[in-house]
Amino acid sequence: MIGVGKIKHYTNLLEKPLSRGRQEVSLSAFAFLFSELVQYNQTQVDNIAELERRLEDAGYAVGARVLELLCHREKGNRRETRLLGILSFVHSTVWKVLFGKVADSLEKGTEHEDEYMISEKELLVNRFISIPKDMGAFNCGAFVAGIVKGVLDSAGFPAVVTAHFVPMEGQQRPRTTILIKFAEEVLRREARLG
Amino acid sequence: MAPLAPKTGDAVFASIDHVNAELFTLTYGAMVRQLLTDLEEVEEVNKQLDQMGYNIGVRLIDEFLAKSNVSRCVDFKETADVIAKVGFKMFLGVTASVTNWDAEGTSFSLVLEDNPLVDFVELPDTFQGLHYCNILSGVIRGALEMVSMKTEVTWVRDMLHGDDAYELRVKLLKQIPEEYPYKDDE
Repeated sequence: MIGVGKIKHYTNLLEKPLSRGRQEVSLSAFAFLFSELVQYNQTQVDNIAELERRLEDAGYAVGARVLELLCHREKGNRRETRLLGILSFVHSTVWKVLFGKVADSLEKGTEHEDEYMISEKELLVNRFISIPKDMGAFNCGAFVAGIVKGVLDSAGFPAVVTAHFVPMEGQQRPRTTILIKFAEEVLRREARLG
Repeated sequence: MAPLAPKTGDAVFASIDHVNAELFTLTYGAMVRQLLTDLEEVEEVNKQLDQMGYNIGVRLIDEFLAKSNVSRCVDFKETADVIAKVGFKMFLGVTASVTNWDAEGTSFSLVLEDNPLVDFVELPDTFQGLHYCNILSGVIRGALEMVSMKTEVTWVRDMLHGDDAYELRVKLLKQIPEEYPYKDDE
């Protein structure tokens, strides 16, 4: 095949039909990949907080894209503008697509008006992870917190999102709670909308 | 006890837990972006991805052997088929085809038309040297090394670079003779 050079055909990604998102890969493929992500980031940091921040960053990139994707596919190009709407979007739609089920619970913080919590008994990213003693409160859920933050931020609901282990009575493993603390402006806007 | 019959890729894939491919794809994308930011040089990113793939391959082979009932391959041809039909299917849910054998039977190509790593991906002009899926070549190299085969895996075609398929060239460098842990008995 002399003279046949490489033809560069840039098909514009945005012109491709949106897949229905039913494709699956093995859980272990994801687990292997995620563990490499954690290990790589571990080599780039010298403390736990920094490691969590980097995992959150990685998750954030996922979240921003998930919002865009799901708004197109599941919501007919509409995006939630109300606080409860976006929260239930995260808790139900996002969770269902990414993790195959809705999150175990969505609660409002009792002490602070601006805090909400999404809890999961067995979070996907924590399933194959055991935290060495010397790493203290490190939580791989930071990655999922990042996803949630990415979705919320991109939807116009800036928030601080963190992941915590909460011990549960009678259970060997703690559950993971994703704590969402919305920025003041979000609550002000919400109050104005009534 | 007679050895169990090897399972087909479909059978293994059906019997294991799954996750949504989009979560997998986007996570991989986030990782590649982190590498590009940290390492700055595209060549370094290629190297790092290959290393990560190698680390995965070294561990993945255990799960592969345990769940597929595949035992020792009689020749490199069988190895190629098992990677393409069982390995790829079991982990990524896609199958590859095996082509372009050389005369000695020591190198072949794996051709992928469907590749779950690259959904939503477009390579900007500045990263044309990036082998976005370089993690795959590392995985294959690492996994084969654990079953006594030293290989070299390189990209020949890449749809992100405008080709019509993904093609990985796998070349057998040498078979490492089995070493028994004699020391234990001394």
